Amino acid sequence: MTSFRLNGHEVSVDVPDDTPLLWVIRDEIGLTGTKFGCGIGMCGACTVHVGGRATRSCITPVSAIQGADITTIEGLDPAGAHPVQEAWKDLQVPQCGYCQSGQIMQAASLLKDYPAPTDEDIDAVMAGSLCRCMTYIRIRDAIKKAASAMRGEPSNG
Amino acid sequence: MGKLGRMQASPDRLSRRGFLMTAVGAGVMFGFPAARAAEQFPTAGLPGDGAFEPTIWCAIAPDGAISVNIIRAEMGQHIGTALARIIADEMDADWTRVKINYVDSDPKWGLMVTGGSWSVWMTWDVFRQAGAAARVALTEAGAHLLGVRPDQCTTRDGAVVAGAKNITYGDIVSRGRPTRSFTPDEMAKLPLKPATERRLVGNGALKALDIPAKTDGTAIYGIDAKVEGMVYARPKMPPTRYGAKIRSVDDSAARTVKGYLRHIEIDDPSGTVQGWVVAIATSYTAAIRAADLLKVEWTPGETAHVSEKEVLDHGRAQIGRQDGGVYVFNDDGVDAAFTAAASTIEREYTCASVMHYQLEPTNALAFEKDGIFEIHAGNQWQSLILPTLAKALGRPEDRIVLRTYLLGGGFGRRLNGDYMIPAALASQALGGKPVKLILTRSDDMQFDSFRSPSVQRVRVAFDKAQAITAMDYQAAAGWPTQVMAAAFMSKGVDGKPYDQFAIAGGDHWYDVGAFRVRALSNDLANRTFRPGWLRSVSPGWTSWGVESVWDEIAHLHGKDAVQFRLDHLTGKGRNAGQAPDSVGGARRQAAVVRRAAEKAGWGQPLPKDTGLGIATTFGQERGMPTWIACCALVHVDRATGIVHCRKLTIVVDAGTIVDPDGARAQTEGAALWGLSMALFEGSEIVNGLPRDRNLDTYTPLRIADVPEMDIEFIASTEKPTGLGEPGTTPIAPAIGNAIFNAVGVRMRHLPVRPADVLRALTRHDDAEST
Repeated sequence: MTSFRLNGHEVSVDVPDDTPLLWVIRDEIGLTGTKFGCGIGMCGACTVHVGGRATRSCITPVSAIQGADITTIEGLDPAGAHPVQEAWKDLQVPQCGYCQSGQIMQAASLLKDYPAPTDEDIDAVMAGSLCRCMTYIRIRDAIKKAASAMRGEPSNG
Repeated sequence: MGKLGRMQASPDRLSRRGFLMTAVGAGVMFGFPAARAAEQFPTAGLPGDGAFEPTIWCAIAPDGAISVNIIRAEMGQHIGTALARIIADEMDADWTRVKINYVDSDPKWGLMVTGGSWSVWMTWDVFRQAGAAARVALTEAGAHLLGVRPDQCTTRDGAVVAGAKNITYGDIVSRGRPTRSFTPDEMAKLPLKPATERRLVGNGALKALDIPAKTDGTAIYGIDAKVEGMVYARPKMPPTRYGAKIRSVDDSAARTVKGYLRHIEIDDPSGTVQGWVVAIATSYTAAIRAADLLKVEWTPGETAHVSEKEVLDHGRAQIGRQDGGVYVFNDDGVDAAFTAAASTIEREYTCASVMHYQLEPTNALAFEKDGIFEIHAGNQWQSLILPTLAKALGRPEDRIVLRTYLLGGGFGRRLNGDYMIPAALASQALGGKPVKLILTRSDDMQFDSFRSPSVQRVRVAFDKAQAITAMDYQAAAGWPTQVMAAAFMSKGVDGKPYDQFAIAGGDHWYDVGAFRVRALSNDLANRTFRPGWLRSVSPGWTSWGVESVWDEIAHLHGKDAVQFRLDHLTGKGRNAGQAPDSVGGARRQAAVVRRAAEKAGWGQPLPKDTGLGIATTFGQERGMPTWIACCALVHVDRATGIVHCRKLTIVVDAGTIVDPDGARAQTEGAALWGLSMALFEGSEIVNGLPRDRNLDTYTPLRIADVPEMDIEFIASTEKPTGLGEPGTTPIAPAIGNAIFNAVGVRMRHLPVRPADVLRALTRHDDAEST
């Protein structure tokens, strides 16, 4: 039995200790916004926050998050209106959208560490998040827009 | 996601509903109500009772909501938004009331396919006519309710207006109960809006309707589909794509996995999957573990030792023989021109296998319910896989329905619905019980219908004045359309069928005198793997040959590579174009070349080891050209061979741009696919299978590799063509031509790897010093 908090709610699951957190979230708990891409932690589609840090849930055994606070895309903001999500909608970032939960969770985490990220910061942190539709130009712009909004600066449009 | 699922997934709704204690499923003891109930695609787009349906394409509800039926798959192109605005514009609908209804398979929709960059081009006339039909019907009914004649009325923003009086479409439907319908002849004669009166088509301020759900986790893809009581399946992949025979299965180790139920040997009457064993379990993780532990012995198929090199060599040999192949063009005088030529050149260009790596691994949920087999999955060509499913399941097509979901990437992979077959057969073996089959990434890549390796040979004849007198273009590759959709093939000038998606692009719009284009089906490729359609299909690799050789000729003869192209894009003869699809012909291609060169600063001096290269294509096919040119700016590091693309300048003429932001997004993504296939990705057939099975060895472009991009669309009111793929096509040759301009080496194989550049530089330096 592993217990943890998911999007603010206490949950306990009875699954083998080495079950990846990804499948616990998707199949045991039933939140499907977190996606399965590569299964080896190299595409970023499964990114969630563990204790506020971006974590690849597909290679995180559930036993490792005993007692931890987990946030998924569904819990990032109750109204789906986190500044990163707003910037993603404003700049029309998603294409197929499959990687975007992971991109958004990674970007939200990035902005905690780098409130005013440079292109190099973005390249370094977002390098692990593959977008097969190649929406990278807009991801970069949206991160900067969200950063600006979070710093309380007026939008440039 | 159904409403129930959405409520369960949203934490704020959860807290409002109270926090349910449930013990549904194996693991949840306390916490979220497990969303085991059906999570299916939104039905929000359905019109409801009392709606008026002037055609099958849209319905106007009594409350004014307009639902538009979309038969194309949503895989990132925001296709529903693009198509809905065509119909809504023509009927003068209130855009804020428009909803999209992605439909399930049904014969009434006709050909259900999403590919070829066709969707807007195919739908443009149909949806304008359907919009006009709605407008005419609503105007007639509205005029009656207002007590005026229809010719005294206009329409605007979802209302019929007559002087100071007006009535909304919703009120017309609720009060007038219109029932007007239209014959195809009547539809074709309806008056259509002139371009100057369009308010939604070409409106850059409209947002894509599918995007919000893709930012908060509520978008539902095929992999998210669930039904009560379903079990999970994962295949144990056989050693060859075809012909593997199961000798024995030992599941004693698999039986130690908690949740493992059984294995099933798939016996597929359609031959789509051969030698498959699937592990069935109560959870996907158990299915993964159990499949790993299944011990299966096979007798492999005959292609178990085929390599990439053998496939390429086979193509070379086919080109070298006189027999075989199909002639797309075969003008009189080609051979005579080569005999009489003052000089000739011959070049060979090759391209490696390329994997789809659509981010959502292939998957399908299948079950039988009330005598109907339901297949829940993302798919691009329902009309193609339905007959195969019928054959596999041994039941008529009308007892099978394909339910529509979002696609976590299409890129052509899901044109081939082969992944549905083992899910359906596993369910059938379990008496119709719901089976959710998911391929892990390594399964998915092994099973991929990847882009075939290809060989192109180009010969060109010149007279004494170095004018081109003939071109002989030949290409050999695996033919996806021959393997999977033979009835869909085109006919050559010799009347024989050929795969237009394995030669298009070779049949270019340049003036070259007598022109021969010969297409060869690489049967060794076809036997070894299932060749696939991959974003931009053949124009994604034929451009490598055509646009590289064009550059080689210009350099050989000391001509400017831009001017040389312009001199041969004159729009004469077969290159004149035809209204409406290719009106203007090669002159429109010349215009994008001129504009791209101008924007990129063609001819200006550049720093050392830096080069600007140009390439141009007509997009996907001569019958639906999207004219495009690209200037690539690259720097080559002579020490490492690393090619760094700094900027892509792209100019596109796709006729009328229906969705400006979507058009730009598609071109950005397509161009970066082109860059990825030029420099970063490419696989290899090893022992009959693709070498790469995940991102540890397969390395598509990432965010740090993205160059500056300048994309421009030519303003046009011509018929819209396609945009999903054309952006891919000119990139690789533009890069190759830029490398030549930067450091003087000519690359003739894709992808261009640093080691190949280094080798070429070494040879080049040796040649310079002797």
